[in-house]
Amino acid sequence: MLRFILTRVSLVIPTFIGITLLAFFLVRLVPGDPIETMAGERGIDPARHAQLVKEYGFDKPLLTQYGVYIERVVQGDLGKSIVTRENVLSEFGQLFPATIELALCAILIALIVGLPAGIIAAVKRNSIFDHGVMGISLTGYSMPIFWWGLLLILLFSVQLGITPVSGRIAVQYFIEPVTGFLTIDSLLAGDIDAFWSALSHLVLPAIVLGTVPLAVIARMTRSAMLEVLGEDYIRTARAKGMAPIRVVALHALRNALIPVVTVIGLQVGTLFTGAILTETIFSWPGVGKWLIEAISRRDYPVLQGGTLLLGMVVMSVNLLVDLLYGLINPRIRHAR
Amino acid sequence: MPLLEIENLSVEFPTSQGTLRAVDRIDLTLEEGEVLGVVGESGSGKSVTMLALMGLVGYPGRVRADKLRFDGRDLLTMSARERRHITGKDVAMIFQEPSTSLNPCFTIGFQLAETLRKHEGMDRKAAKRRAIELLEQVGIPAPESRLTAFPHQLSGGMNQRVMIAMAIACNPRLLIADEPTTALDVTIQAQILELLMSLQRERGMALVLITHNMGVVAETAQRIMVMYAGQIMEERKVDALFADPQHPYSAALLAALPERSENATRLATIPGMVPGLNDRPKGCLFSPRCAYATAHSRNVQPELRAWMDGRVRCHYPLGDPNRDAERARDEAGLTTEATR
Repeated sequence: MLRFILTRVSLVIPTFIGITLLAFFLVRLVPGDPIETMAGERGIDPARHAQLVKEYGFDKPLLTQYGVYIERVVQGDLGKSIVTRENVLSEFGQLFPATIELALCAILIALIVGLPAGIIAAVKRNSIFDHGVMGISLTGYSMPIFWWGLLLILLFSVQLGITPVSGRIAVQYFIEPVTGFLTIDSLLAGDIDAFWSALSHLVLPAIVLGTVPLAVIARMTRSAMLEVLGEDYIRTARAKGMAPIRVVALHALRNALIPVVTVIGLQVGTLFTGAILTETIFSWPGVGKWLIEAISRRDYPVLQGGTLLLGMVVMSVNLLVDLLYGLINPRIRHAR
Repeated sequence: MPLLEIENLSVEFPTSQGTLRAVDRIDLTLEEGEVLGVVGESGSGKSVTMLALMGLVGYPGRVRADKLRFDGRDLLTMSARERRHITGKDVAMIFQEPSTSLNPCFTIGFQLAETLRKHEGMDRKAAKRRAIELLEQVGIPAPESRLTAFPHQLSGGMNQRVMIAMAIACNPRLLIADEPTTALDVTIQAQILELLMSLQRERGMALVLITHNMGVVAETAQRIMVMYAGQIMEERKVDALFADPQHPYSAALLAALPERSENATRLATIPGMVPGLNDRPKGCLFSPRCAYATAHSRNVQPELRAWMDGRVRCHYPLGDPNRDAERARDEAGLTTEATR
C-alpha cells in the first residue's frame, strides 16, 4: 500500500510542471497584454506602455520570464494581481470556499440522486423507470450549462419567484467567515434567516453544476451494477439466502462502486470547469468568476496562479480517489 | 416422506426468437442422505433445474412446477422470505468456478460469517469461532490466518474448499454441487471430490452432483439421472445404468468414456449437437443424433416411463426384447398413436 501511495504521489510532480507550462504559455498566446487592457479604449502612450512592459518584466525572453515565475512559485509566491494589486494566493483563499461550497453541493446532489437512480435502473432494467432515468440523464448530460442555468433562472426566479437570481446571500446579512461556507457559517452564527437566504442562493447553481456529474454517475452506476449483478458471486450471495436488498446494496454495490468512484474522481475536473460557467451565470463570487474576469483583463499572475491552484486541487482529489480506490478494491491494495 | 419432491418442473426463458425451454417437465424425488448424479452435455438443463430448486432463476426466466417440496414444505407457495430461510441453510449449493463465486471485495471470514449470522443467529465472535472450525473441516491449513484473506489471495482449490465450508456451515440436508471440480487441476479435483464425499458420509446429507464426468458419478452416486435438452432421458441406479444403459443417449455417453474404448484407435463420439431454440425436433429430442431413430420417434415425443429399476424416455429402450420388431414396424409406418 505504501508503495502504491508513493508511486501515485511521485506522478504529481511532472503533472505539476505540465500545468505551470500550460498556464504560463497559454495565457501569453492570447493577443493583447494586461497594460493595453487596463488602458482600455483610450489607448496608452507608447513610451508609457514600453516603460510599464519593462516594469512588469514582459520585455524579457519568455523562457527567462518562465524561469523567474517558477523560481517564485517554488518559494510559494504566486505574485500579485496586476489589476487589484492583491496577492493571488490570498485572493484565491478568499474566493475558493465559495467555489468549494458550490462544487460540494453539486457533487452531493449528483451522488444522492445519481447513485440510487443508477442502482434502481440496473435492478429494474428495461422497466419504465430504467428508460426514464437513462433518457433524462442523457438529456442532462447534453444540456449546456449556460442554457440550462438560464432556463432554471427563468422558471424558478423570474416566473415563480422562489429563488434569487444571483449572488451567495441577500445583501442585508453579514456573516463572519469561519469556514467560508456561508450555509455553515450562518448556522454557526445562529442566524436562521441568513441560512435560508444562503441556501436559496445555493440551490439553483448547485443543481446546474451537478447535472452533468449526476447524469454520468447515474449511467456509470447502472452499467457497473448491471455487470456486477450478472457475476457468479451474486448468485452465491443469493444461494446463501441473503435478502435481495443486502445482495444489491452490499455484495453488488461494493464491487460496482470501483468504476463509479473513478468516474466521480474524473468528474471533479469537469466540476471546476463547470463552476467557471455556473459562477458567471449566477454571479457567484467564486474562483470561476474571478478567473473569467482575469481572462478579460489579461491578468497574467491571476490566470497563472488560479489555474495552477485549481490544477493542484484537482490533482489532490484525484490522488485521494486513487487511494480510496485501493481501499474499496482489495485486489489493488494487495497488488505488488 | 422424501426429502425433495419435484413434479413437472419447467423453466423457460423468453428470447427475441421465441421461448427457450431450458428445463422441460422434470420429475424428481430424492431421499434423505441419497447421492444423485446428474449428467448430460452442456446446455442440457442440469444446472438450471437446480437453480430453479434454489429459487435462483432470475429475471427474465420463468419457473413453473406442479410440486416443489422440500422436507414436506411447499416451496412454491411460501413467501420469498421464508424460502430464504431454507436456501443457504437446509439446501446449499456450490458452483463450478470457485474463484469467481466468491465476492472479491470481502474477506473469506466475512463471507463465511455472513451465512452463520443470518441462519444461525450467531454473534460476531461465535461466527468467527465456527468459521475457523469449518475451514479446518474442509482441510484448509492455518484457518485462523485465512479469515482475513481475500479470494484472490487463495488458489482455486482453496477457494472451492471455502465455498464448501460456506455451503455446509448450517448443516444442510441437501447439498447441490454444480460441477464442483471442472475448473480445478486434476489432482485437486480428486481431493475436492473426496472431501465432498467424506462430508456427505459424516453428515448423512443428500448430495446432488452435477457433472460432465461419468467416471465421477460411477464412484460416488447411488442413482444417476441423464439429462438431454432439458429433459430426463434416463434415471436409474448407477450400477444398473453403467452395466446396462437403456437409453441410446446414455449408452452413447458411456461409449464416449476413454476407458471404454481402450482397444479403439479413436474415441467414440456422439455426432451432432444439442438442439437449440430453433432446431428443436418434433419427436424425440435425441432423434436427430440417435442411431435407432425411426419415422415414429422423429414425430412423436416419447414419455418418461417406469422401466427396469428406474425410468427411461425412449420408444425403444435398449433392453426391450421386442425393440427390433417395434422399430421395424414403426419404420414401416404401421403404427398408430393409439398403440403406444
